[in-house]
Amino acid sequence: MPEQLIFATEVALNGLMTGVLYSLVALGFVLIFKASGIFNYSQGVLALFAALTLVGFQDGQVPFSHLINATFGTEIHGFGFELPAIIAIVLTLGVMVLLAILIEKLVLKHLVNQEPIILFMATIGLAYFLEGLGDIMWGSDIKNLDVGLPQGISPVIDTVTYEWFGYGFFIDKLDIVATVIAAILVISLTLFSQYSKQGRALRAVADDHQAALSVGVSLRFIWVLVWSIAGLVALVAGIMWGTKSGVQFSLSLIALKALPVLMLGGFTSIPGAIVGGLIIGVGEKLFEFTVGPMVGGATENWFAYVLALVFLVFRPQGLFGEKIIERV
Amino acid sequence: MKDMKDNAEGYTTPDGRQIGGVLMEMKNITLRFGGVMAIQDISFDIREGEIRAIIGPNGAGKSSMLNVISGFYHPQEGEVWFRGARRPTMRPYEVARQGVARTFQNIALFKGMTTLDNMMTGRLTHMKSGMFSQALWWGRAEREESEHREQVEKIIDFLEIQHIRKTPVGRLPYGLQKRVELGRALAAEPELLLLDEPMAGMNVEEKEDMSRFILDVNDEFGTTIALIEHDMGVVMDLSDRVVVMDYGKKIGDGTPDEVRANPEVIDAYLGVAHD
Repeated sequence: MPEQLIFATEVALNGLMTGVLYSLVALGFVLIFKASGIFNYSQGVLALFAALTLVGFQDGQVPFSHLINATFGTEIHGFGFELPAIIAIVLTLGVMVLLAILIEKLVLKHLVNQEPIILFMATIGLAYFLEGLGDIMWGSDIKNLDVGLPQGISPVIDTVTYEWFGYGFFIDKLDIVATVIAAILVISLTLFSQYSKQGRALRAVADDHQAALSVGVSLRFIWVLVWSIAGLVALVAGIMWGTKSGVQFSLSLIALKALPVLMLGGFTSIPGAIVGGLIIGVGEKLFEFTVGPMVGGATENWFAYVLALVFLVFRPQGLFGEKIIERV
Repeated sequence: MKDMKDNAEGYTTPDGRQIGGVLMEMKNITLRFGGVMAIQDISFDIREGEIRAIIGPNGAGKSSMLNVISGFYHPQEGEVWFRGARRPTMRPYEVARQGVARTFQNIALFKGMTTLDNMMTGRLTHMKSGMFSQALWWGRAEREESEHREQVEKIIDFLEIQHIRKTPVGRLPYGLQKRVELGRALAAEPELLLLDEPMAGMNVEEKEDMSRFILDVNDEFGTTIALIEHDMGVVMDLSDRVVVMDYGKKIGDGTPDEVRANPEVIDAYLGVAHD
């Protein structure tokens, strides 16, 4: 195999792995958009908040310690013990569910029957609120997240590819784990929405609120459920990104990368979010590899958006989005 | 009519069907939207096994009344009694879980789902296994699912819509959509079925079909039906008793013949000038 092609394959594989992470964030958007027609701007911050909370629990940090210390002149920083990863994850999940209940009670409940744009603005507010809350609760320094996921170059792939092509591929073990976890998540979500009672109720709410009410579905319960699931997906995304590049506030910016992913895949399709994420992940890496050097590099910053723009012109509903059927 | 009211055990219709006791009773219902009186102090009852119609000209408050019964609107005054007990203020989904199913005037189906899926949502109130047991005991959930499927298939046969089982309902013509919506309501095996203008916008043939289905539902499943309709002729043929509304007030209540002979009803329909 020619050397260039081998490099390109490695680049594409790495892009595929990055794409999985984009998909994970996009998935959270799709879930809420499908069920309530709300574009949830705060999904990225939700991932950040989940990651911050997880690190906080793991390190035994006292929430609001800065605030408490500043107000009472005390010197509290930690509980003095560290929680095992698995317990910290379960606790964080609990916090995300609690958050979902609070969001429904304090925000969504009061905005029933409002225009989508108003709900959208509410989620922008929510994003800023959560970012601030995360800051006050856990501090704004960059934290290391380690829940025991394998990291570093995968020696197996390195040796195998070396034997085949005479060149060892560099694939991060974390990326492989992320791919597997994302696959499990998507399969179980699909099974859940297709075959379970709550999943069916969820699809009903997504389709028509009034009709859902008339067959005995509680909208408020479904909203709490959807936001809890979005919280779970945010937690998974937060763990992956946090492990990869540390838990920092720029994490919430990856949410922006989910936008072109959604435009590609369609706002209402779970498989769309996955495929869209993979296309963007591979596309931007390959583009950087082939065209990048000619234009001075840094194409990864804009490639996804340009691709999304092209899609908006030729296929506005995305690859998998629902075709808008309108009877005249 | 007098002796019917007095007889708590019900009455026998001219065609020989036995009508039971009171299933639902509306007592002095008043509903206002701001300054607009949609319903003014209306009382009537719906008896077990009966086909009860609410008729009246446009804007008479018929749909508002149906929305009160199904919990979509909450009246400012008055009480709703169901199965002999006063019903507290309930959300629509709670009313649905009590065994009251409904259809809508301008069709509220899940347009992206198939006919079959739409009707399966009608079974939601009967599905028992929750989220976690479904995750843990896949087998049991599967068995439950196939039981519900059986029930739904029965209704599909009954409504003669086998050929559109797998068609997304958004693509179906209007008349069939109405039928699927009826099917979804029936899938819930309701005690009381509310139909909001089941024949609106239909041609003569479709109207005849729908009338037949309504009569058959009542006959075969013993479902109590309350319906709103515009078309006087259809209503008079279908229903056992009729409430007539005009400008939010009740102006008549009785058998079709009694209502037809009521001068106030004739005025309302022929358009005598209101003061």
